Amino acid sequence: MLPKEGDVRIPSGCAIAAVISKSGERMSGEDIIKAMVPMHERSNGLGGGFAGYGIYPEYKDHYALHMFFDSRDTRKSCEALLKEGFEIYKAERIPTRKMPAITDEPMIWRYFVSPLGSVLGDLQLDENEFVVRTVMKINTTLKGAYVFSSGKNMGTFKAVGYPEDIGAYYMLDEYAGYSWTAHGRYPTNTPGWWGGAHPFTLLDRSVVHNGEISSYDANRRFIEMFGYSCTLQTDTEVITYIMDYLLRIQGLTLGEAASVVAAPFWSTIENKADPYEKEKHRYLRMTFPSLLVTGPFSIILGFDGGLMALNDRLKLRSMVVGEKNDRVYIASEEAAIRMIEPDAENIWAPAGGEPVIVRVKEGAEI
Amino acid sequence: MTIDVKDMDYKTINERLRDETGGFELINCCGQRFIGAGMSNKKINIKGTPGNALGAYLNGAFITVDGNAQDAVGDTMNAGRITVHGNIGDAAGYAMRGGQIFVKGSAGYRAGIHMKAYREKSPQLIIGGSAGSFLGEYQAGGVILVLGLARGNRPIVSNFPCTGMHGGKMMLRCSPGEARLPEGLKVRSANDEDSAQLKKILLDYCEAFGYDINEVLDHDFTVIEPYTKDPYHQMYVEN
Repeated sequence: MLPKEGDVRIPSGCAIAAVISKSGERMSGEDIIKAMVPMHERSNGLGGGFAGYGIYPEYKDHYALHMFFDSRDTRKSCEALLKEGFEIYKAERIPTRKMPAITDEPMIWRYFVSPLGSVLGDLQLDENEFVVRTVMKINTTLKGAYVFSSGKNMGTFKAVGYPEDIGAYYMLDEYAGYSWTAHGRYPTNTPGWWGGAHPFTLLDRSVVHNGEISSYDANRRFIEMFGYSCTLQTDTEVITYIMDYLLRIQGLTLGEAASVVAAPFWSTIENKADPYEKEKHRYLRMTFPSLLVTGPFSIILGFDGGLMALNDRLKLRSMVVGEKNDRVYIASEEAAIRMIEPDAENIWAPAGGEPVIVRVKEGAEI
Repeated sequence: MTIDVKDMDYKTINERLRDETGGFELINCCGQRFIGAGMSNKKINIKGTPGNALGAYLNGAFITVDGNAQDAVGDTMNAGRITVHGNIGDAAGYAMRGGQIFVKGSAGYRAGIHMKAYREKSPQLIIGGSAGSFLGEYQAGGVILVLGLARGNRPIVSNFPCTGMHGGKMMLRCSPGEARLPEGLKVRSANDEDSAQLKKILLDYCEAFGYDINEVLDHDFTVIEPYTKDPYHQMYVEN
């Protein structure tokens, strides 16, 4: 039997894409699936996935836990564990469309839950921290169960296969969200497993990633000191936890977090004309040296109300951005954008380490 | 001949191109890779967005793109010309050793990386707008020219140009102080000989994009060449 993901290390090349409506208009998942078609050759059928934001408006105050189980027994014991800390508003199978291209399916469930006030009070934790701890506990201790999405009013959908098939499998055409991200995976020497596909998610933050970071172990050793558990040995998982740590725990802005993970070279910092900028970059590099992510990456970070795209500082992976009306498109290749918006304007390639942050306009209902 | 390549895969496109002779117009192109790879004696006009490695190993064919091109345009090309009316992605002209790449807009990172020359062959990469970081990294031959036209407020060339350059020539349409260049290179203003060379190589370029060559030439140009006898002096060790 092939070892499961997490037993071996997995380098990968990939395709990523995203679309967001700045006015918060909800779009079906159809377009983002289409965007992945011209980038087919960037994946090898061993993984793909999507994240949709604004897809559960009827449950938007509850955490939507998406889970894989290997058996009914595992599900029962996981539900028992959840009931200790959460009120479960709804538990159901995630609807899927049977198709020959997608095989070896685990049991795929979702739970809309809220942490019990009494439990939070006893533990003196805020609800986000409690959810993070529960996700880590399930993923590290409950064999055969895996939480792959844990945000509010958002959800990720991932599997082994090509992204176009995975989108159809999860029936994403029947969901509507104001922002979508997508990933096609090309793990090169791996037993691709459903849990190891992208996006990687913690709370409402999801990461899709094209690349292969060389600082994985340095980053992992640092981040695991703060209660995160990297269970799958994939670099994207560690980027997701780094972002949670920098944004939620440390309270950095998105731009500052980008400057930590894709810090400019010291020589580039020294040549900055603006003394404030120079000092800021010096401070961030010196404060978080272990969170500098080296090696090639282009990532799209999805979060409640927006997206951030970022390349490694040497820009060893491609990424382009385009716009049309209230929509912003991001993809590994321009063709992906043209596929869904042939008349996209202002197509440009952000520089290495230059974050592109797009938010839904203030006041828009999402 | 016009070929609608919508939903056609790259293999089929290249088979069609190989099987027929003459001029082609590919319409509705969207992301297909390797178009025209290794081809000679053809004219291929592309409408849409061709995929990566456009004209890789090109051996004499002429390719024109109406819009933007993606990464690795003209990878290892040997002869012919690729004319792009928009921008190009990263690593354009990777290891090319002959022919020409004309870009009206700007180039991404690593344009002209490891360009070389061989006997009578000397490639030319001309970028109309600005160039991203690592322009001409490890350049070993040929000419890279950046004009800096219509580049907004972007610098003509971004960080770390000419890193590891050990042959060929780079020319930038700016004064020598304007671009930040690494140590250990010969940097000077264009002399008469350079101006004559510029005039020669810009003739076709200006015609392709409808520029007045005299207006383009009427500017300071910076010429960068390596010390070819000892290009890595003190770069790695004292030698």
